Amino acid sequence: MKYLALGLFLWASSVFAGVEYRQFSNDDQRETYENLISELRCLVCQNQNIADSNADLAADLRQQVYQMVQQGKTKQDIKNFMTDRYGDFVLYNPPFKTKTGLLWLAPVLLLALGLISVFVYIRNKRKQLPEPMEPEQLQKIHRLLEEDDRL
Amino acid sequence: MFKFAIPLLVFIALAVFLAIGLSLNPREIPSPLIGKPAPVFSAPKLHEPDATLSPVDLKGRVWLLNVWASWCISCRAEHPVLNRFAQQKKIYMVGLNYKDETSDAKNWLNQLGNPYDVSVVDQDGRIGIDWGVYGVPETFIVDKNGLIRYKHTGPVTAEDLEIKLLPLISQLQGEPV
Repeated sequence: MKYLALGLFLWASSVFAGVEYRQFSNDDQRETYENLISELRCLVCQNQNIADSNADLAADLRQQVYQMVQQGKTKQDIKNFMTDRYGDFVLYNPPFKTKTGLLWLAPVLLLALGLISVFVYIRNKRKQLPEPMEPEQLQKIHRLLEEDDRL
Repeated sequence: MFKFAIPLLVFIALAVFLAIGLSLNPREIPSPLIGKPAPVFSAPKLHEPDATLSPVDLKGRVWLLNVWASWCISCRAEHPVLNRFAQQKKIYMVGLNYKDETSDAKNWLNQLGNPYDVSVVDQDGRIGIDWGVYGVPETFIVDKNGLIRYKHTGPVTAEDLEIKLLPLISQLQGEPV
């Protein structure tokens, strides 16, 4: 009885996990499908991919991807299909173009800027190190310290 | 003096970028279809299910495609604007009834008025995908050569009509085929 309940529970959670149950003729197609739906952005709820989104449009796009995978379309074909209609916005991994250049290069630029400012800061600090003391001053310090010991 | 210049410049640059970011509308996704031929479809007419309409039938005239549905709340807000606009007869207006029940759609038009010269049905949303529709209502303007020239996402307001759509429509009406 216990095992039956557990089995039913596992079956239910795998079948009704928010996403439709799909059948594929081979594992490659399943992989393509699953990769694509996690890489395509839902346009209605913009911070979710179409795999996670419950939006009506996301369901339609999943269906569209599924049909195209079934027809034997490649991953690139399907991505092109989507960007022809919705633009690069639909990709969570946008291609490197003049328009998206800043997006891709900004992290590198900021890192470089940070490294340069750390470098400049350290060099300036080094310059500010106190000048070595005159021999007379040093002798005075030693004298004072010795006096202190004698007390 | 110079000590304060750098933080100030960084602050100004940040403020400028953030101001630009705030003024953008994240819902407005630029459509890659602008300047491209209107995606082909052949869809049954809402009031004459046996007849179909295709963008090819509209070659040589400037037309407007408004994507709407009876379940769409913003469409209700947009509808009076479209009704008033239709009375001016500036452009051929096609309604794309998107993922809707035909009876609900007809009721909606009967109750609220029908601004469309013709409405076609996209029951499963397949035409919507081809047109890159992601949030109804959406409005497209197609020129005489069948190229999409403008897309508006969300309800069209009287101000949008005045400032953006009307000037564009009169410009397109003047263009040669």
